[in-house]
Amino acid sequence: MRIKVCYFARLREQLGVSDEFINLPDHCASISSVRALLQKRDETWHQAFASDQSVLTALNHEMVTSDQQLEAGDELAFFPPVTGG
Amino acid sequence: MIRLQTEDFDTGAEINALHSMGSHIGAVVSFVGFVREFSGESRLDAIELEHYPQMTQKSLEHIAAEAQSRWNIERVIIIHRVGRLAPDEQIVFVGVASSHRSEAFSACEFVIDRLKTQAPFWKKECFSTGDQWVDAKLSDTSKSDRWKSN
Repeated sequence: MRIKVCYFARLREQLGVSDEFINLPDHCASISSVRALLQKRDETWHQAFASDQSVLTALNHEMVTSDQQLEAGDELAFFPPVTGG
Repeated sequence: MIRLQTEDFDTGAEINALHSMGSHIGAVVSFVGFVREFSGESRLDAIELEHYPQMTQKSLEHIAAEAQSRWNIERVIIIHRVGRLAPDEQIVFVGVASSHRSEAFSACEFVIDRLKTQAPFWKKECFSTGDQWVDAKLSDTSKSDRWKSN
């Protein structure tokens, strides 16, 4: 199944990508498994996702704090803690 | 009402709009955030505000709705600018109209505290020597967290 993954701010610059589509095996369809998959790409990706505190997650435009199962067509986003206002 | 925009806003006009809700409005409380000229010892050229367009509106609507469910208030206006902003420019406006002041004060503070920790905006500071992303502040998290127990 295919999902969209977006990256913002410092994370987007570190990784050099703002969004991409990823094909996942159906049995690997949770947020934690996507993180694990991305971390395997290379050292930059490994470092970027190494700390839970420095990367927040949104699923379909809502912040999530626990692991969740994904469905085809979902939009997952990873970003640093927010600094608006 | 939520507005995300690159252009500036007129604080006076927004306050008048909140007051003109009706003669039962006895209080309007507003907060305006500005770009500071200095970050520590360094003079800023500008800040750049990035956001997550598909999520930002929804996130701010959720914060405004939560304020309206917690306090007896009439209306909330949130305006947040995005893009490149120079020192002294306005960044954000939060305005709350209610019958009595204490509800409006609390709701206004709640909205800006929540916005700072939950709405998907990121600030980058631009100096003549280079750019730097702003780190989230622990003090902002604790200000937002104190609303959990109330």
